Amino acid sequence: MFNSDLLRREAIQGYLFILPWFIGFLVFTAGPLTAALGFSFTDWNGVSALEWIGFENYIQLFTRDTRFWQSLKVTLIFTFFYLILNLIIGFALALVMNQPVRGMRLFRTIYYLPAVLSGVAVAVLWSFLFHREFGALNWLLSFIGIKRIGWIVSESWALPSIIIMELWRVGSTIIIFLAGLQGIPPELYEAAEVDGANRRWRLWSITIPLMSPTIFFVLIVGFINTMQVFTQAYIMTRGGPNYATYFYSINLYETTFRELRLGYSSAQAGVLFVIIFIITLCILWVSRYRVNYELV
Amino acid sequence: MQNHLLTYLVLVPGALLFLYPLLWMLSTSLKPKHQIFTYPIEWIPDTWMWSNYGEVFNQVPFLTYTINTAVITVIGVVGTLFGSSLAAYGFARFRFPGKDALFVLMLSTMMVPIWVTLIPSFLMFRWFGWLNSYLPILVPAFFAQPFYTFLLRQFFMTVPIDLEDAARIDGANRLQIFLNIMLPLSRPALATVAIFAFFFYWNEFLLPLIYIQDQSKFPISVGISAFVSEYRSDFALMMAASGMALAPPMVVFFLAQRYFIQGFVLSGVKG
Repeated sequence: MFNSDLLRREAIQGYLFILPWFIGFLVFTAGPLTAALGFSFTDWNGVSALEWIGFENYIQLFTRDTRFWQSLKVTLIFTFFYLILNLIIGFALALVMNQPVRGMRLFRTIYYLPAVLSGVAVAVLWSFLFHREFGALNWLLSFIGIKRIGWIVSESWALPSIIIMELWRVGSTIIIFLAGLQGIPPELYEAAEVDGANRRWRLWSITIPLMSPTIFFVLIVGFINTMQVFTQAYIMTRGGPNYATYFYSINLYETTFRELRLGYSSAQAGVLFVIIFIITLCILWVSRYRVNYELV
Repeated sequence: MQNHLLTYLVLVPGALLFLYPLLWMLSTSLKPKHQIFTYPIEWIPDTWMWSNYGEVFNQVPFLTYTINTAVITVIGVVGTLFGSSLAAYGFARFRFPGKDALFVLMLSTMMVPIWVTLIPSFLMFRWFGWLNSYLPILVPAFFAQPFYTFLLRQFFMTVPIDLEDAARIDGANRLQIFLNIMLPLSRPALATVAIFAFFFYWNEFLLPLIYIQDQSKFPISVGISAFVSEYRSDFALMMAASGMALAPPMVVFFLAQRYFIQGFVLSGVKG
């Protein structure tokens, strides 16, 4: 009796501590999410009467809206290449930086610094760096014989430009990987060395398997954030040239705040949620079979 | 030895590349107008135009933008620490029915794109009469954010429980224990969350873009965005403005690098 009383008190106190989160969840997430689902079946500009149109928004989205498909294509291509490159470069640099050489603290500081810089100011800075005639990037490339590239004003280079700009901020990935690398017990490498394993073998059979939880963590968090990229394209290209950087979020912004088609943009946002949800679950599912948690 | 040489061969040019954009920003911001559009690039200004920085304040109310950003950032950080640490303590130290399910629910809300809740939230805040104020940006901060809650919970769980037990025997209630024992012991983790939240609110763009109409209420991000569309070719001023916007995050980074790195360690390794 005494015991169950205590347990009940503990439960009530626990609920009280998480209550602010739960209220926030209902008011700022669950409520709006439900409302958005409802809006997605309507035609509405925010002022006139709501008109129920069933699945019409979704039908139009999937069958007649080329802008939507373009935005989805741009976003998926961007996300794919950015995530892969970020992973490879971040991992490689972490391996290099995990060595005990002089001045490593300074190197780490320099590589991490851009990771804390983001948003509008960075996009403005890179806009001029990418300037075709007077930008510092083309100037630098001219020394290795590369002719002027149009970067953000070129239809084929605009998306790679934004990927390059984002890779400048690979520092956060380096930090996470470095922390993971430093958690690997050195005995494992010593044992492998005794067994005569070479460098490559050690990388593939010790380092990468033991780092797999970290790799998947970086992948999942990166994926969710990258699918929603907005500021960079809004500032640098406004989705252009010719829709080359027309990200999903740019399309959502246009539909919501310029065209005021709130029902239609709710359907678009819902589709984005479903895509993020499904792909995240897929990555989690793969990680259950690929990740080696036992040794960590 | 040969190994180390190879390491430097990678790291030194890489470091220069990472610094390159910032050097470019600094150099451009100090150049006179005629020197900006020259090719080949002249990196050292003929005359050091420190006045470019002052000029930004003449063209736009940059001081107001900075104060607004500081207000948003400070309240945002305080709110984040408040809500997230409460929830994190609840998840870390109490047994109650449905805890695991609620925790998973909280983590899964990280998958909800901001765009999904944006329109209904906008309508709700309009109904509250909160448009053109910071309330839509700041009030949600006080209701716990999943990622930071997760981070703090990870840390709270590493704190030995003995101290709390001792305080309980002395008759302290759970709120007192949380405030007087757990929070002081968790200073490094709280500092980490504070720094992440600082960067987040300092750079926040989409929400103020949508909710704030008066120029006098703009944060730096929206202010620069408006400035850029007006003075698109005045790169010296744009770089000076960007430099001033990026300086506070850089200072915070240099002062608190340790906590910043620790945050990633907490989030990544045991994730």
